[in-house]
Amino acid sequence: MIAQHAQILVVILPLLCAPLVLLLGKSRIAVWFTVGVLSVNALLTWWLLLQVLTIGTLRYSLGNWPAPWGIEYRLDPLGALLQVMIASIAAVMAPFLRKLLAEEIGSSRQYAALVAFILLTAGLLGIVATGDAFNVFVFLEISSLSTYALIAIADKRDALLASFRYLIVGTIGATFFLIGIGLVYILTGTLNMDDLAVRLPEVSHTNTTQIALIFVTIGIAIKAAIWPLHAWLIPCYSYAPRGIVAFLAALSTKVALYALARFLFGVFPLADMPIGSVLLEILQLLAIAAMLIGSAAAIAHSNVRAVLAYSSVAQIGYITLGLALATSAGVTAAIIHMFNHAFIKGSLFMCIAILATGSGKHALESLKGLGHRMPIVGIALLIGGFSLVGVPLTSGFISKWFLITALVQAEKWIWIVAVLLSSVMSIIYVWKIVEAVFDKSDDKQVRSYDLSVDIPIVLLAAVSLYIGINSSALVSTAEQASKWLLGMP
Amino acid sequence: MDALSGLGLILSTPFIGASLMILVRRAPVLRDAVTMITSVSLFILVAMLPSNSDGAVFVLAEPISGLPISFGTEPFGKLFAFIASGLWIVTSIYSIGYLGQKTDPNKTRYFVCFALSLGSTMGIAFAANLFTLFIFYEALTLVTYPLVAHYGTPESRNGARKYLQILLGSSIALFVPGIIIVYLFAGTLDFQEGGVLNGKLDPAFTIPLLLMFLYGVAKSAVMPVHSWLPSAMVAPAPVSALLHAVAVVKAGVFTITKIIAFIFGWEMLASSPGANLPLYIAGFTVIAASVHALQQDNIKSMLAYSTIAQLSYVVMAASLFLPIGGLAAALHIAAHAVAKITLFFVAGAIYLKSGYTLISQLNGIGRNMPLTLLAFTIAAASMIGLPPTAGFFSKWFLLQAAFTTESYFTVGVITISTALNAAYFLPILYRAFFKAPNEDQKSFGEAPWPVLAALLFTAALSITFLAYGNAIMELEAPIFGSIFNKYD
Repeated sequence: MIAQHAQILVVILPLLCAPLVLLLGKSRIAVWFTVGVLSVNALLTWWLLLQVLTIGTLRYSLGNWPAPWGIEYRLDPLGALLQVMIASIAAVMAPFLRKLLAEEIGSSRQYAALVAFILLTAGLLGIVATGDAFNVFVFLEISSLSTYALIAIADKRDALLASFRYLIVGTIGATFFLIGIGLVYILTGTLNMDDLAVRLPEVSHTNTTQIALIFVTIGIAIKAAIWPLHAWLIPCYSYAPRGIVAFLAALSTKVALYALARFLFGVFPLADMPIGSVLLEILQLLAIAAMLIGSAAAIAHSNVRAVLAYSSVAQIGYITLGLALATSAGVTAAIIHMFNHAFIKGSLFMCIAILATGSGKHALESLKGLGHRMPIVGIALLIGGFSLVGVPLTSGFISKWFLITALVQAEKWIWIVAVLLSSVMSIIYVWKIVEAVFDKSDDKQVRSYDLSVDIPIVLLAAVSLYIGINSSALVSTAEQASKWLLGMP
Repeated sequence: MDALSGLGLILSTPFIGASLMILVRRAPVLRDAVTMITSVSLFILVAMLPSNSDGAVFVLAEPISGLPISFGTEPFGKLFAFIASGLWIVTSIYSIGYLGQKTDPNKTRYFVCFALSLGSTMGIAFAANLFTLFIFYEALTLVTYPLVAHYGTPESRNGARKYLQILLGSSIALFVPGIIIVYLFAGTLDFQEGGVLNGKLDPAFTIPLLLMFLYGVAKSAVMPVHSWLPSAMVAPAPVSALLHAVAVVKAGVFTITKIIAFIFGWEMLASSPGANLPLYIAGFTVIAASVHALQQDNIKSMLAYSTIAQLSYVVMAASLFLPIGGLAAALHIAAHAVAKITLFFVAGAIYLKSGYTLISQLNGIGRNMPLTLLAFTIAAASMIGLPPTAGFFSKWFLLQAAFTTESYFTVGVITISTALNAAYFLPILYRAFFKAPNEDQKSFGEAPWPVLAALLFTAALSITFLAYGNAIMELEAPIFGSIFNKYD
């Protein structure tokens, strides 16, 4: 019974959990209840991933209404992998949210933050779980609305402004996406993504389809912060509450990139469409620009959170480039990096959150010498930094290895130069942070800090190291996912 | 001892030693004892290791399926490991004397990083494929960073940053894509005699790919990716001695030689269009670096530029693309290692006793530190290539290889650079022994005994080359052939 409904339970559980936590209010049980639900959820996603890898794509008709009339939930290898990533990171971070937020958010609002956090998790899981285009929009909005709330919850001027900017831009993105979905609905009369993939080839040459594709792509590109639509991301990552940023940076753009991959390869008949190849080439160019400009901006900034935010813009470029190659190897590389970067950036933002606790400052200067005082955070920061650079035996190296392999196979020599240049630039900005954090000349006394908040960092960094030492499981899952996505046998 | 279990022990020894040092960090005497025991046991293990594991490999992990981290032995790797581990013992003795007087809070970090550097060097020496070699190559960069930045002053941190950024940057920008290209074309990254790329790569791309490696492996300090080496001179003297005269820089030329011999293969390169290009680049580096050395007043900077020139000797030897060149490369790695480590030891000893760092301050110093300057003289003679020092023999074989291929460019470069070597070493000797001391010079004597013993020992190695040179040639014969084959 549970096994049969596991697919929908993954989304339903957090959705039900959120109002219950609201009712539990400030009591301590609320946190443990949340942790319990999210842990069960994470285990479910692992089980589902194993199912998908052995049986193949899972389908679930909502309310027993068969597709394409009813809403269908469909879990493919890529979705299953991303669900594991989302649910695991949520479960690992949830227990520490209260401690991380304690300084910035008064206890009266902490439970509200927890509720928004659970809703965000539900929204992200929903985007991945559903097989219905309109449902994607709904979950996109659930996750976006809870993100706006989470950013603004700290009651700081900058955070409010960042949240408002994101609200405006995010709504424009959602509207674009909705217009695109509306256009294909007018053309085909269906919203089921698999059904769309069957019906759209008949109308692949119409102008409406081209315009729908453009609207959908731009709408998602805003949510995914693909350069030059990344401007909302920098203030959000710089001013949102510290504990929340780690989660946002790890997951929200990744899920949007997943949606991009699904629509480009699983819904629109890109190969038959006149603008298909042009769109892919534009995406490649934007990805290259993102890598170079993002890395350069990261070098120029001296606020650690801005450095990491611009680094994210660059890393999103790597993922977009892999996807836009539209080859099996390219999409595999993109999926691998989607997964790896979530853990890398999640742990890096966590580290910075802990280092800045007490001072609340994020300038490089104010972090000086803290690595010696908090060795566990320092080491995790090193692992994360090395991963960003792509030092061997970290997950970042695996990502880069497969991305460059894909580019060599596609004979995109100039793109390779750009990727390598951006990697070299990442050494500069990563080392800036490492050097400040381990600067012995400024040995400031640190107030005692709670060692338990190191647990999620250790776990996330361990994933990074494990993938670096043994990537075969991730790589074979990603290969399977990319084959499925591109419709290869 | 069986080769594979021996390899397991060799690779774990430095890491076990490093962990023990962290455990006993509160007891300095015990920590120094652990350093000594670790270095001696590593040396004994390397010496006992069979020189060839005949393709058998010790697999540690498999980060990417099809690309394991695996180790095996072959004569060239064994020679490199033997030199590095042997000189580590001497450097440890020297370090204990050198850092001895001062209370330095970072001493444990220093010895731990030293052990880790040697562990990485062993990984490079015994890597059974290019992927494994690359991993340890990067590890060596990272674990030597704290050693270069040891003093923690703004100056040393700037130097160390440059060191790290150039080494890491070049390897990521050129070494990694080079490896990927080799893997995609050859389908394997294993080191095999005769190379793995033969017939699988368009001849027109052969030399460009080799150039990617030549610049990607910046540890070999071919111009223009050499500037990290002078920057790294902010490190304490023993670090410059073992790492920037032996382990790190030799890891660079070792990697280049391995790639030339066992990834490309001699014949394939010799017949490729533009095959002389690497030779010209290395030859240019030899001359340009020697001219730079001539202009330096800082002793360690001068030695750094001299190292850059000597490294390119090895690259030139390998770039002749024939086995006898490989032999000359191996011999020069050994000869330069013992001579240059002595020179750095001497520079450190002088600094320790007098605080002098400039050549112009050395007037008459031979009267204060006669034994130290005697060692310097021997090592300088070896750098110039005077008989009966080690440098003479390695240069001899390099010339022999050059004549075999009728590469008169190489002969010319060696001749000019020998003159330049003499031009920057002999004036120092003249200053030290014949000029009157500066008026404000304090009186001081020889360095502490561990320092003096270490530098005299390595100087002795430089003049007793005849005693062990033959053993090296016999060791290397299975892969590089005998020097006398041609005339048999």
